[in-house]
Amino acid sequence: MSGALDELIRRHWWAAVATVCRLTSDLGAAEDAVQEACVVALEQWPSTGVPDNALGWLIGVARHKALDRLRREAVRGTKEAASMREASESGAGQDASPRAADTLSLVFLCCHPALDVSARVALTLRSVCGLSTGQIAAAFLVPEATMAKRLVRAKAKIRDARIPFRVPGSGELPHRLGAVLRVVYLVFTEGHMASRGDALVRGDLCDTAISLARGIAGLLPGEPEAMGLLALLLLTDARRAARSDDLGELVLLEDQDRRLWDAVMIAEGEAILEAALRKGRPGPYQLHAAIAACHSTASSAGRTDWRQIALLYAELIRYEPTGVVEANRAVALAMAEGPAAGLVILDALAHHPQLQCWAQLHIARAELLKRLGRHSEAIDVYSSALDLEPAPAARSFIARRIRELSS
Amino acid sequence: MFLLNRTTDALPEPGTAEFDQTMQAYGAALEALGKAGVLIDCAPLAARSSSTTVRVRDDETILTDGPSAEIKEQLGGYAIVECADLDEALKWAAIMPAARDASVEVRPIVAVQAAV
Repeated sequence: MSGALDELIRRHWWAAVATVCRLTSDLGAAEDAVQEACVVALEQWPSTGVPDNALGWLIGVARHKALDRLRREAVRGTKEAASMREASESGAGQDASPRAADTLSLVFLCCHPALDVSARVALTLRSVCGLSTGQIAAAFLVPEATMAKRLVRAKAKIRDARIPFRVPGSGELPHRLGAVLRVVYLVFTEGHMASRGDALVRGDLCDTAISLARGIAGLLPGEPEAMGLLALLLLTDARRAARSDDLGELVLLEDQDRRLWDAVMIAEGEAILEAALRKGRPGPYQLHAAIAACHSTASSAGRTDWRQIALLYAELIRYEPTGVVEANRAVALAMAEGPAAGLVILDALAHHPQLQCWAQLHIARAELLKRLGRHSEAIDVYSSALDLEPAPAARSFIARRIRELSS
Repeated sequence: MFLLNRTTDALPEPGTAEFDQTMQAYGAALEALGKAGVLIDCAPLAARSSSTTVRVRDDETILTDGPSAEIKEQLGGYAIVECADLDEALKWAAIMPAARDASVEVRPIVAVQAAV
């Protein structure tokens, strides 16, 4: 029962905080009030039963709690009380029923570009997804007190700098939506990188990112990039079971057992991607998703359509003109047309000052040199990748390659 | 123009003894300036942690949380604007020439009860 109640509360958290935030004009106050309402629900619902309109019930109790706090603090004359007094004056007669615009406004508030990126991610997990400070701290491997401070500071900035609670106008929307989608993507990659932390917590983070992406795509049905991100996350997460072996070691895409991939998630991701592409407004997330789909639809690593992937990376460079994208294009080209074609591009990139410290680039170059039979050069390049002190999994992979080539 | 520095980032909380003390001290000083007819305006600023730095590069507005950490930049002037919210303030900050070659720090002024 407790799990079911938690689930019920988690499902309503976003909309409840959003509506109470509109009514109180104070994110911190709204969050505290909804938290208290959830505690009351957990106490009462097991005996009274879950109300028909659970969300409306939570909002009603939370609003009452917020007004209570206002009365208590009114005498103290604090900043919080001042802003809440303002809110109760302007919002006393406001409609307490939840609106889609509120839920969207909350996301745009938490992902405002005037906030530090790490604060945007933490705030979104707390205010939109309802994770506790302790859970967020655990996910990002920082002490709980540090995370609590980060959240308090972000909410103080929202209040003091007057970051508005509203959906941006059509002129700002593409830019602001980009900031929102980036936060969702960061939550996902944090969960997807199995390199550190407790694997279980991190899987939860992927689930959280997907439900967040689903919510945003649902609220903005006209935005193909929101759909593109959801498709990308589904197509990537579908490979979760195949990404690590029994010992927890990372398994490269080409070596993964494709029978472990989640066919239902892949089918959903592909359908969403197709619907997004039909809108005829491509963007980086749709392109990333299309690349992920190329891998998902290949029955084996050898049957991957590398020519198509190379074309998609070439298109992606228009949106993300980075050496990383170019290096990925080179690897795809090497798979489609042979190692020499890719090596020309990687050789040029290797002289780029910013990319010299990127171990992955050296590893990719060394792989192509190895395939061309230039073994001593390959060993040299692998060694320079080792000098950059890559992650343990990459280190053991490189060491193995050097041993193979030396024998 | 006087640049009024302080040793803490945040202002003292209203209702505390520290707040009252600060208000009284400034009240006395501003009363003297007012009587002499030299005072134009004086107000405290919100914590620097509530500021946003605006830069415009290649026609793109880049925001950073907090004050500018660029040591080559120095305070070169000021403008006081009244806006409904941060988005409006950021929009105006981006058209200031300083945003193109250096940066504009957008920081709220705190409204306090006049002590004079």
